[in-house]
Amino acid sequence: MNGRTILDVKDLSTHYFTSKGVVKALDDASFELKGGQSLGIAGESGCGKSTLAFSLLRMVQPPGRIVKGSIMLDGVDVAKFTEKEARKKLRWQKISMVFQGAMDIMTPVYTVGHQMMEPLYYHKGIKGKKGREICYRYLDMVDLDTDLFHRYPHELSGGQKQRVIIATALLMEPDVVIMDEPTTALDVVVEARIMNDLKRLKHELDNSMIFITHDLSILAEVSDNLAIMYAGWIVELGDASEIYKDPKHPYTQKLIAAIPRLHMDMDRLEYIPGAPPELTDPPSGCRFHPRCEHAFDRCMKEVPKEYDVDGVLVKCHLYAED
Amino acid sequence: MPKSIIRARNLTKKFGITQGLVQKLQGQPKMYVRAVDGIDFDVYNKRSLALVGESGCGKTTVGKLIMKLLDVTDGKLWVKGRDITKLTDHRELKAYRRTAQMIYQDPFSSLDPRFKVFDILEEPLLIHGIGDTIDERRAMIEEALEEVRLTPPEEFIDRYPHMLSGGQRQRVAIARCLILHPTFIVADEPVSMLDVSVRAELLNLMKDLMDEEDLTYLYITHDISTTRFFTEDIGVMYLGDLVEKGPVGEVLDNPLHPYTQALLTAVPEPEPDRLDRIKEIPIKGEIPSGTNVPKGCRFHPRCPYAKKICRKKQPREKTVDHKLHRAKCHFAGEIEFKMRVRKVGKGGKVSKVEEIGIDELRDEETVPDELK
Repeated sequence: MNGRTILDVKDLSTHYFTSKGVVKALDDASFELKGGQSLGIAGESGCGKSTLAFSLLRMVQPPGRIVKGSIMLDGVDVAKFTEKEARKKLRWQKISMVFQGAMDIMTPVYTVGHQMMEPLYYHKGIKGKKGREICYRYLDMVDLDTDLFHRYPHELSGGQKQRVIIATALLMEPDVVIMDEPTTALDVVVEARIMNDLKRLKHELDNSMIFITHDLSILAEVSDNLAIMYAGWIVELGDASEIYKDPKHPYTQKLIAAIPRLHMDMDRLEYIPGAPPELTDPPSGCRFHPRCEHAFDRCMKEVPKEYDVDGVLVKCHLYAED
Repeated sequence: MPKSIIRARNLTKKFGITQGLVQKLQGQPKMYVRAVDGIDFDVYNKRSLALVGESGCGKTTVGKLIMKLLDVTDGKLWVKGRDITKLTDHRELKAYRRTAQMIYQDPFSSLDPRFKVFDILEEPLLIHGIGDTIDERRAMIEEALEEVRLTPPEEFIDRYPHMLSGGQRQRVAIARCLILHPTFIVADEPVSMLDVSVRAELLNLMKDLMDEEDLTYLYITHDISTTRFFTEDIGVMYLGDLVEKGPVGEVLDNPLHPYTQALLTAVPEPEPDRLDRIKEIPIKGEIPSGTNVPKGCRFHPRCPYAKKICRKKQPREKTVDHKLHRAKCHFAGEIEFKMRVRKVGKGGKVSKVEEIGIDELRDEETVPDELK
């Protein structure tokens, strides 16, 4: 399935209709994901990266709603699925997700095995020895002892729990796996080991992955492509190494410069002054203009189009030809 | 040599484990967790010290011992020439705490949700009897808010914590420390819950305050990459012991202890060309429990370079090139660290291990041009 487009998202917009107004958490997001590819999504908290993930899984909670756009998965528009269809055909079968703070989502009263087998039973009716064998295989894949199958969550360390959650997400052989902050709250050594395993698994299983995190240095380790989000927009999208080496959008430039480096003496760290805007009333024109040091008149008035700069899509007036 | 503000010698903290009745009747010996196990360190004036290590290594306990939130089991701890282990008198303790302040990790739970910013900052003033009238205190509070760049202060002074962003809350927490004009601040993971850009902004601010307010920090963190920018000295803790310490650039560029080297390997760095490269983490297993510290060198069960002597004899501090750079390893300076790297190919096939010198790897680091 390598090279074929698996997921094609077009103009996806998800808004939350709260009593304080419409929160435009995700606006006109478009991207493509090919088989075997990984996409990293980065941005500050509240930029809409988790909303994007929930939209793909059709799990946006009311008052939120997908208001526009399509999510083509294998030629089917899942944005049009009813709740029942999404549950039966989409979740865990086609797209699965490792949630943020996944370590705490296990029930303390059931064994690890019981919880792993649940999706197998509900979706495919597999149980007993056959199910157990599948679980063993995936536990082994994430470098865990199959012995853990019979243990309870409290007997596992944080890193082990995280691995179990990853194994459970892979269990149904979904086309796309979404990892929402898969290693936050873990120690660096454990984090590095899990990232190494994910790198290996990506090649081994050849499925597509979406990584969501605020930590750009982790994304660098696993993403082929990168999407930088700001205030509900994807502001830069393209090849990861191109973006790291030569960030185009002023926001991306600042974000990369803000990473403290291990082997470089620095007098000051770069940062972006101000705070991200309220999404009930986003700034006119380019949403980043109040915090942008390159902002000019046009930025305040006109929403920027996406420009292709060296193969990277950038949503910024600086690159306008006219 | 700058004079030291905090000096710890053989600093030890043991926590007793509660025994059940049966265990007591069986006459089992009382067990202890040795959270901090006889460490020596100095924090010099205007040279902040970072303590790094995995969770459970005892770094937070050291912070609490210095704050006198916990009592020292053994050893000496001098702060500005005074042995604070002997401080028991209530009034003396209060005076001591005015000079030593702490910033906590979670700005969402360290501020009282029912207090306005004004009340939060007024509380320490009331406790220490500073400022006679409310106007005087208000002026001090506004000044403190200005120092942490929450300007204009009138806009923030009447807000509740829930009306502030994470970064702003942490600034209020810093202002709460500054208002007493302390000599040093223990900052326990002050930026680990914040976004990258906010984190950078706050670290810049804390560093500026160091000069403006004549401050010194003890910076406790698991994020080694922030230490190079923020502090002058660094100490690496493992299982209650300080295994390596020294000037931060020296330790990060030429680690002497295998544990430090492993930690440095594990730090993710923004290097996008390594998608198919797996950096092997040179240590095995997980951190052992503090009740059962391995004999000899406490790191030997996980150390890839361990020899016979490591199992038997506890290593002493050794220096190699730099006088202040010390490591507790029998072979400090004798091991040439190699990074073990594998490549993953199609179908998850992993290639043979290649050894790369650490310097070589560092040279390839990608840094955007404008940063250079």
